[in-house]
Amino acid sequence: MNRQRLSLWWFVGTLLFALLSMLVPLPGVLEPFKPYWPALFLLYWSLESEDRVSLGLAFGIGLAADLLNGVVLGEQALRLCALVFIALRFRSRLRFFPMWQQTLAVLALLVNDRILLLIVRMLAGGTLPPASWWISPFVGAALWPFLFLLLDDLRARLRIQ
Amino acid sequence: MARARDESSPLFAGNAAGTLRLIVYLALAVVLMVLDQRNGWLWRLRYTAAAVVEPVYRLAGLPAAGVRTMSVAFADRQRLTEQNQRLREDLLLANAKLNRMSAVAEQNQRLKELLDTQRSLELNVQLARVIGVDIGAYRYQLTLNVGARDGVKPGQPVIDAHGVMGQVKEVLPTTAVVMLVTDPAHAIPVVIERSGLRTVAYGSRDGNQLTLPNIPLAADVRAGDRLLTSGLGGRFPPGFPVGEIRSVAPASTGMFQVAQAQPAADIDRSEDVLLLHDQAEPDGPPAPVKPMGPPRDLTPAAGDAPATSASQIGAPAAAKPATPVTTHGAQR
Repeated sequence: MNRQRLSLWWFVGTLLFALLSMLVPLPGVLEPFKPYWPALFLLYWSLESEDRVSLGLAFGIGLAADLLNGVVLGEQALRLCALVFIALRFRSRLRFFPMWQQTLAVLALLVNDRILLLIVRMLAGGTLPPASWWISPFVGAALWPFLFLLLDDLRARLRIQ
Repeated sequence: MARARDESSPLFAGNAAGTLRLIVYLALAVVLMVLDQRNGWLWRLRYTAAAVVEPVYRLAGLPAAGVRTMSVAFADRQRLTEQNQRLREDLLLANAKLNRMSAVAEQNQRLKELLDTQRSLELNVQLARVIGVDIGAYRYQLTLNVGARDGVKPGQPVIDAHGVMGQVKEVLPTTAVVMLVTDPAHAIPVVIERSGLRTVAYGSRDGNQLTLPNIPLAADVRAGDRLLTSGLGGRFPPGFPVGEIRSVAPASTGMFQVAQAQPAADIDRSEDVLLLHDQAEPDGPPAPVKPMGPPRDLTPAAGDAPATSASQIGAPAAAKPATPVTTHGAQR
């Protein structure tokens, strides 16, 4: 019982942490290297505990992120929904990939996410972002193995599902 | 064989339903986006959600504030002494300049009174601190720690020690979002200090620059020219530095010259900014003069008659106080 509650808090806590770290500014030079944290954390949870991650959750997290970021409501909700949908669809395959293949898959998902964002911004009449805007998915993919192992290790230590 | 087991797993059994759900959610997101983009009534929702959002902003701003505090705490004595010395010198210099300027300002005031203009050189400002929150890269915005409760209103110009930074775009109860002059959707009316040429500076698409896309070919513009706010449009008061021209080249159409300018303000380094409280007085046609004459209710039989007949008989049709003409600045 207690363990279940702890694992739920851990789940919610990591997602809140992802939202918060999305907002934390980096020094100007590192700015384009910032990965899209909510996507990474949602990916981890959709691979590890699919019964808790649903499209509705992704939508909710996306809306919260939109509210925090002050962008058009629904932008990140759309992106995260698409991301989680693909991840859940291929979950059983992604889970048993070796790490490097999984990393490549994450890279593809994040790039896809950026393309979606670009389409939304273009439709909203935005301007074309600079080239450094495309670095972020690669940083996210490079961080993926470490994030995955770290979260897995923490979960094992806390002995939670 | 493993795939066969996968196919029968509940995940893959609910495929059609899953796709349907995805479509529903995507459609919902698109509808939300369109609603938010089109008429912005969702902004009210944001305003109410501000109670939740603002503490999160403060929380997210903590690391930046922490780094700032640490840099002060662990800065070596030498550097602090140097900084202190430099600040003292700057203060001395600024005070000396101010003393000289005060005489000039007084003279200016007298001359302006003679010319019957009411523009004053005094500044009514409010100090605000930038909250270190990253709300989306390349979105050309800042978050300030003052909001509607401190009397901030949308449209207020924001300056720092070196020049104009932008204007307040959205106001939440205790925070405000500033649109920077480098935002591609921002335009600011400027005048070139050396030649007096009036033009408009837009934000640039590639990073922290300003673009002046429509300078006449014959105009005298050089790299190094300083740009000041012109005060036209009534949003920014005149005479504040905006930037310095870095390069001038003919436009690809051949009809204009295009100049690139570096903003005068420390756009990405300022921690403290000033909010101007008195917005520029509108530079437009003067308000229509209230016509003299007897009050309207004394007009014989004109109270019910249509306006045309009233003017035919020479009664003052426009006896009610004229509303001043307000020109709104080029905000976007």
